[in-house]
Amino acid sequence: MSVSVQAQDFDIATEIAALTGARKDIGAVVTFTGLVRDTAGHETITDLELEHYPGMTEYALDMIEIKANTRWKLQASRIIHRYGKLPVGAQIVLVVVAAPHRKDAFEAAEFIMDYLKSEAPFWKKEGTPGGGKWVDAQARDLDALKRWS
Amino acid sequence: MQILYFAWLRERIGVPREELESTALTVADLVAELRSKDPRYDLAFADMRAVRVALDQQLSDLDAPLAGVREVAFFPPMTGG
Repeated sequence: MSVSVQAQDFDIATEIAALTGARKDIGAVVTFTGLVRDTAGHETITDLELEHYPGMTEYALDMIEIKANTRWKLQASRIIHRYGKLPVGAQIVLVVVAAPHRKDAFEAAEFIMDYLKSEAPFWKKEGTPGGGKWVDAQARDLDALKRWS
Repeated sequence: MQILYFAWLRERIGVPREELESTALTVADLVAELRSKDPRYDLAFADMRAVRVALDQQLSDLDAPLAGVREVAFFPPMTGG
């Protein structure tokens, strides 16, 4: 288990290799990568600025990762979340989960992402031709949490 | 205590953090105290349904007592991921 909150980019293949290493007991690795889209609804997005709460962010990500590892039989997990101003197309977040079987890995990755959306202290501001716009929390993201309770 | 503001709360209030001596007993009392301080705070805290609070970096709520708390953070609902 490990989490990183960082400004710099990450390499997915390197992160997977670091988790699996020389292990022979892993049957499934699921990764999720979130990217900066160029549109939101009908609006053109030029960049995405991520603000976070240093200290609380690391703690919140640790808690989410612990919850996932308690709920599913995982062999390894990794969360990387970036902050700062990111251009369109940039990687924002990475979740990697390893388990003996795919069902646990898929579910745990989805669980971690659902919690990151609503319980990790990040705030997104979309750059548009008309200026910056804070992204509103979506009711559907909160609804997504309910299925895990 | 240290008060921190994030996202549009930080922009509306104009500072990311400040040190404040307060006798407020709960988060709601502290919000009322801040709102009476300056119109910028009054505007930022006008709709408390859009405001979340963390006490010493743990999510909390408006009724929570402030006894022993060193850091209070106000922010909009989180949008991570």
